[in-house]
Amino acid sequence: MDISNYLFLSAILFTIGAVGVVVRRNAIVVFMCIELMLNATNLAFVTFARINGNLDGQVASFFTMVVAACEVVVGLAIIVTMFRSRRSASVDDASLLKR
Amino acid sequence: MSAPVLNYSLLAPILIILGGALLGVLVEAFISKALRATLQLGIALGSVVLSFAWLWKVHNESSISAAVKSVAMDPAGIYIQGIILILAFIAILLIADQDNFTAQASALPGSEEESVAIAEGKQQTEVFPLTLFAIAGMMLFPIATDLITLFVALEVLSLPLYLMAGLSRRRRLLSQEAALKYFLLGAFSSAIFLFGVAFLYGYSGSLNFNEIAASISASGNNSVFLYIGIIFISVGLLFKVGAVPFHSWTPDVYQGAPTPITGFMAACTKVAAFGATLRLFYVALDSVDGTWKPIITAIAMITMVIGSIAAMTQRDIKRALAYSSIAHAGFLLIGVVALSQAGLASSLFYFLAYGLATLGAFAVITIVRDSSGEVTDLNRWVGLGKKSPLIAAIFSIFLLSFGGIPLTAGFVGKFAIFSAAYQTGNMAIVVVAALASAIALFFYLRIVLMIWFAEPTNDSVTVVIPSFLTRTAIFVTVAATLIFGVIPAPLLDSAKNFAVFLR
Repeated sequence: MDISNYLFLSAILFTIGAVGVVVRRNAIVVFMCIELMLNATNLAFVTFARINGNLDGQVASFFTMVVAACEVVVGLAIIVTMFRSRRSASVDDASLLKR
Repeated sequence: MSAPVLNYSLLAPILIILGGALLGVLVEAFISKALRATLQLGIALGSVVLSFAWLWKVHNESSISAAVKSVAMDPAGIYIQGIILILAFIAILLIADQDNFTAQASALPGSEEESVAIAEGKQQTEVFPLTLFAIAGMMLFPIATDLITLFVALEVLSLPLYLMAGLSRRRRLLSQEAALKYFLLGAFSSAIFLFGVAFLYGYSGSLNFNEIAASISASGNNSVFLYIGIIFISVGLLFKVGAVPFHSWTPDVYQGAPTPITGFMAACTKVAAFGATLRLFYVALDSVDGTWKPIITAIAMITMVIGSIAAMTQRDIKRALAYSSIAHAGFLLIGVVALSQAGLASSLFYFLAYGLATLGAFAVITIVRDSSGEVTDLNRWVGLGKKSPLIAAIFSIFLLSFGGIPLTAGFVGKFAIFSAAYQTGNMAIVVVAALASAIALFFYLRIVLMIWFAEPTNDSVTVVIPSFLTRTAIFVTVAATLIFGVIPAPLLDSAKNFAVFLR
């Protein structure tokens, strides 16, 4: 199979994630879409490592996973605090700053 | 295969800060609440001072292999780290005023748990280790010469800031909302950044800046992978510096975050992000400047103009300063597109001039209060000059420095960066920059006039007597702003000497 198909898949997953961030309302779902974008990037990294014939891309994908895990810790803390004080995880409800 | 060799002496400034941060986490867990705040402040200030002293010791050394090939401790990198440490020191003096921070971030806003925590003085001090972690990320960001190190540094500096934005004691819902917005948009932009990293790696087969530059000059620059990589990475970096059209988070986050944190973000994050942007474009992508220069030039222009115009329409002082910081991001982008040694040198000077005035201005905002906390409504600042002439005068100096009035550091910075662009023959950007500064100046002068020449209408607004640390921060920043404005030569010369990226 042509290896560039993995790149197309990665681009499609990234786009689904990016569109999801823009159109979804629930903060948790928005966050899941961001994680999807990171995983699409991982697929691109691994594919490029295969194309270029070196290991840098595979190593990079491990770093991405670790950073994504850290992001989950911080992100869920913020979203949960938000939910507890408002009883809603909707991004649209968070509009005090718009006045 | 041999084990990697690390040059610990050159990496020590970052390691000291990280050590201080870890120590701070332990102190938070094990030390009684009576000692905690003092100890945390001591650790934070101590590690910044120690780190700066070590940086001073090694400032004549340089190496591009301090950590294999992942970081470059070169003159420009060391200079930017020094600026970040100086600004961070002043920011910690402001953060030390714990009255701005929630006693317990986990307690619900307005709950009994929260009022009990405030009444009993159960103040948590997690903000100090978080600040130190952020500083460590900021110091790593501008010296990273490897896309993965760049990404990790970006996250190390961003993650603590997301949390710190939500720690305000008053108006907590607003603060939590700022944290949520900053987090979601920040994570979105770093995912985009990472996608760009993947494609730049796919194009060049390497994550290292120099090897990317080598493969660009070897294989030509007409690859679609290269373009995707440059565009996506630029979006991530432009988001961090707050350039239009990726600026929409800036006013919301600056308004909602606790004011000392806003000052810290506005000054230090911008310096770190511009340091990284400069290095990426100067070292890795300089031979494809025909591709990115027109785009970045256009972004610089609209950033300057939109930032300056939008600042005028704001009624909240923190939002207004946020838009002013967006305009300054536009001015700093001039240094990126100049792509010359003069452009780099003038950016280094501008960092310090802008950072000092920004920290000073936000420090003043923390002490203008009424019974419910800080007063950020611009209409209530009317006539402040009659109530507290000294603070009003100091705030006016910061605004004039933002506006670029002679005898302030801001003027020298603007002049240096405009003349760097003029030398490269980029007349269009100089003209737009001059127009944008005129618009911005109008906005700053309007606030100055409002403070001095209008009758006070609201008597509940007062300037509280600042604590010793806040007072120190305000006086240091105002003195430096004036000194670097009157005798800029020593600093300009040192910036010129240090304006070298090793490759």
